[in-house]
Amino acid sequence: MTQLVIIVIYLLLLLGVGALANHWFRGDSQDYMLASRTIGPFFLLMSLFGTTMTAFALVGSTNKAFAAGVGVYGMLASASGIIHSLCFFLIGIKMWSFGKKFGFTTQIEFFRARLENDFIGLLLFPVLIGLIIPYLLIGVISSGGLVFQVTDGLVPAWAASLVVCLVVMTYVFFGGMRGTAWANALQTMFFMAMGVITFVLIAKELGGKDTLWESMRAASETVLQNNPTQLARTKLPPPVYFSFLLIPLSVAMFPHVFQHWLTARNANAFKLPIIAHPIFIMVVWLPCVMIGVWASGYQGLLTAEIPADRVLASLVHQLASPMLGGLLAAGILAAIMSSLDSQFLCLGTMLTNDIVNHYHRGERISERKEVLIARSFIVAVVAVTYLLSLVAPPAIFSMGIWCFSGFAGLFPLALAAVYWKRLTAAGAIACVLAVAAAWAVMFAQSDFGADSHYAFPQDPVSLGVATLPPMMPVVALVALSAATLVIVSLITRPPSQETLDKFFE
Amino acid sequence: MKYLFWPLLALLIVLHQDYWQWDDATLRFGFLPQALAYHACLSIAAAVFWAWACRFCWPLDGEPAKGQLAKGGGRSEAASSATASSSTSEEAPS
Repeated sequence: MTQLVIIVIYLLLLLGVGALANHWFRGDSQDYMLASRTIGPFFLLMSLFGTTMTAFALVGSTNKAFAAGVGVYGMLASASGIIHSLCFFLIGIKMWSFGKKFGFTTQIEFFRARLENDFIGLLLFPVLIGLIIPYLLIGVISSGGLVFQVTDGLVPAWAASLVVCLVVMTYVFFGGMRGTAWANALQTMFFMAMGVITFVLIAKELGGKDTLWESMRAASETVLQNNPTQLARTKLPPPVYFSFLLIPLSVAMFPHVFQHWLTARNANAFKLPIIAHPIFIMVVWLPCVMIGVWASGYQGLLTAEIPADRVLASLVHQLASPMLGGLLAAGILAAIMSSLDSQFLCLGTMLTNDIVNHYHRGERISERKEVLIARSFIVAVVAVTYLLSLVAPPAIFSMGIWCFSGFAGLFPLALAAVYWKRLTAAGAIACVLAVAAAWAVMFAQSDFGADSHYAFPQDPVSLGVATLPPMMPVVALVALSAATLVIVSLITRPPSQETLDKFFE
Repeated sequence: MKYLFWPLLALLIVLHQDYWQWDDATLRFGFLPQALAYHACLSIAAAVFWAWACRFCWPLDGEPAKGQLAKGGGRSEAASSATASSSTSEEAPS
């Protein structure tokens, strides 16, 4: 019951943020979708970090470290610290400048203008939406499962998911991008704080010494004695470790991240997010990975049969008070919702701008009506997502890495659109088609995500002087995408000089 | 300084692939596994690198001017400019 009360208080707090943001709403579509491009460095940092970190940062990192050891940090966290900032620096700032200069709100508007081609929008739209929907479903289903678990079944998962969807929808509906950015800031601070507090309390309980320092040493010594392989990386094949370096490239093509970039007040607002992102990742991931590694060293603490997604929850249940359990659950919900809100807003914005506005003929849609359309789409997107979450198969969870791989496969397109004058519409279309086709084939070969060890190539391939080892599919997707884009662009007619002058002068 | 951007970034990525200490299970400060200590330092190094890059390799020379297409919200005009003969005279990012 304590846990439920804490979760309810947290959700009410979020509704309050939405109401406050609505008070500041100026009534026009640019304010609703982009907060009138007034977001400063702090809120941009919090929005981008909260949006790119899902519940996996808190729960998945602990679970994965429990199973695979300390290498999880390097494979997933420090790689993201370098690559996410690289995407913000190389692509985000440029996209922001084009957005401000030409008034873009969505990625598709940018690509249509940059490539002088309408079809690229029609092609990208279903691809981007198709890749983002499983990501949304994972968040909605996880939130229901979490509340069901921490309340010992008092709240059914379907009801908890419904409440989470309604809360997120409410503050996005009323607060728009400003409400989303403010809620993201609150949620990011909350889940970061919860991660650190959980770490301190579990470390003291596991180590059992008087001070935190001594307890941490005792916990690590126990792992060294009972399960030393967890302190090295022998369970992680180096080619897989390398492959994961490419997964964070996905942020360059996330439509919701693009929308956050465009909210920046000025280019300087990017500096804090770029610099602080690796540190923020370290603050969240390092304690969670340590907890997972320590838990694996205490025989009898957690059984080998424990479900892979229950390690952190079980530890908190055994070692901490119901109060901490409730706070941690709220922290995990915060991590989930800080991604869901941006994605709901982004899909509503894309449907409004890329479909309704773009294909609307006749008198221009008024600002007021445009906001109404965006809000209606947000309600529809939330409703469809929730209904899909009720019938989605459990295999949906294995799609997370596939969604990220698909977005990462489109990274060469984002990079070339910003820096390569010779990129053509045909090159971009061929690139998207090649990625979509290769993704679909590999996904089917992996038994639709069920084979979590699926690699491409599936066996080592001898290239004469070297051997290509089995790697994550993302490597093949990025390589194919880049090769297709370059080859087709070079054999097709270059873009017009006017367009090049607009984007490269 | 700009010419150092790509070599330093490449160095950061090479340092990330630290296969030479794959089996090292040493505890630093008595509690922190070597792999974690190393990668925590790498995260800090990444932040320092990005601070340097923001100072010396900033990809824009100045703030872009708001162009004609941005006026009035600029929603659909931006997209329709895709095929428009560009008589627009927006400033490029300087």
